[in-house]
Amino acid sequence: MSASRSLRFAAALLCGAALFAAGSVCAQEATSAPTPMGTSPSANPAGADAIPGDGVYKAFHEQAGIDRIIDDFVGRITTDPRISERFKGANLVRLRFELKAQVCYLTGGPCTYTGKDMKTAHAGMDLKNLDFNALAEDLQLAMDKERVSFPAQNRLLAKLAPMQRAVVTK
Amino acid sequence: MRRPFSFSTETQLGGAMRPIKTAVSISAMAAGLAMASAAWADDAAPTVPYVDSGRLLLTQGVSNIEGAAGGGLATWAVISGYGTKDAVGGNVHATYVNLPSYTLQDYGAAVGLFDRVELSYAREEFDTGSTGAKLGIGKNFTFDQDVLGAKVKVLGDAVYNQDSLIPQIAVGMQYKHNEQDAIVHAVGAKEADGVDYYIAATKVFLNESLVVDTTLRFTKANQTGLLGFGSARDDNYHPEFEGSVGYLVTRQIVVGAEVRTKPNNLGFAKEDDWYDVFAAYAINKHLSATIAYADLGSIATFNNQRGVYVSLQAGF
Ligand code: HEM
Repeated sequence: MSASRSLRFAAALLCGAALFAAGSVCAQEATSAPTPMGTSPSANPAGADAIPGDGVYKAFHEQAGIDRIIDDFVGRITTDPRISERFKGANLVRLRFELKAQVCYLTGGPCTYTGKDMKTAHAGMDLKNLDFNALAEDLQLAMDKERVSFPAQNRLLAKLAPMQRAVVTK
Repeated sequence: MRRPFSFSTETQLGGAMRPIKTAVSISAMAAGLAMASAAWADDAAPTVPYVDSGRLLLTQGVSNIEGAAGGGLATWAVISGYGTKDAVGGNVHATYVNLPSYTLQDYGAAVGLFDRVELSYAREEFDTGSTGAKLGIGKNFTFDQDVLGAKVKVLGDAVYNQDSLIPQIAVGMQYKHNEQDAIVHAVGAKEADGVDYYIAATKVFLNESLVVDTTLRFTKANQTGLLGFGSARDDNYHPEFEGSVGYLVTRQIVVGAEVRTKPNNLGFAKEDDWYDVFAAYAINKHLSATIAYADLGSIATFNNQRGVYVSLQAGF
């Protein structure tokens, strides 16, 4: 293959991938609810802006489904040998309440998140990537149990993944 | 007249034994590791220092034919193993490609250090089988190549930064040593050793459940080095493209397609770009299998080399 042909090929694919992703980002931007003036997604205490539309919220079986997922999830993270220590002494009643509100909001449900922002909530915990990923895996198992479709699960994970930068401090 | 047990009979037997030996060693390895991994659940607390298997399933890709983490044919920017930035990880792999006129056996190992550096080794054995006789190099003549690789992640994260388009980017090099010095020179290659350099960009697009890789490789290799490097008429580095797109079907299964362009340096035979469609299944973080259908085009004048690619990988 000639040098120029292969370079053009590479450029085309890179742009294609970028446009594909940009397209969906743009599509989301266009339809998402207006954020209060001057509020960037990272300044949103929920850690991200909500997914537009109610498709993902429906895929999570709405509030009842989210309640079941979080109840199951909190059971998992408090017994997962990799991270259970982290939750010793935590206020699990408040944690469940805030997580339900956060996931309801992020999936596009009719909720407001009133808890701490992600940086403040996890400050001083010295959390590592292992903690973050273990928690994500426990959430995947809880979503599986609720039979949330895999693409819908990934829509939520796409919102949670960038919170690694605020949550993981070690 | 009874002929003594001849050399050619011996090589014939040796050749026939080779795939069987590989198959036996692959299944022994798989069985051993399946047992080990069954006893080693993914959510076990890390007990070995610097081992956490803490990255998410399938985010290391699979071991490719050159021993690096990637697709089957392409090299990706991800680091081998499931270790996070606080840990080390690694893999061993065995791969078998069955083509109409040849077979390729490939095995190797890779270590990932702190989700930053990857060091890899692969041994490629390209068996010409009965085609060897037609090529005049002898039945079951096998081209053996060693590949030593080093990769460094320079920026980004393939998974976390879902709110940006910036992929994970890594640069790397692969030193390749072909053992069939005399024959690769006879087919017109300039060197039996070569070094490839590459820059790879990999990103998971969670919203679309996709993983995309694009890699630019600078290489002189003929058939990735199996037929040596460069030729009298062209001994320049060529920029070549590798790309993979995979759809994440479940946490454990990814299906997709790949392309890998290649130079065309040799006079005696043309060389084609490579393609494949693949499915990889991660049983857990310690054992995965890849099956692909690869179109490797024309190899040493034998056209339409299409066949099944099977690979097993074990690691942490
Ligand atoms: C994307 C990842 C995460 C999200 C979305 C998240 C979300 C939350 C929320 C909403 C709260 C409650 C804040 C409040 O009380 O106002 C919280 C608190 C907490 N989180 Fe996380 N978290 C994440 C990762 C982690 C990880 C990885 C760990 C540890 C393994 C962790 C451990 C805790 C603990 C211990 C608390 C405090 C509970 C208490 O004492 O009230 N979180 N998190």
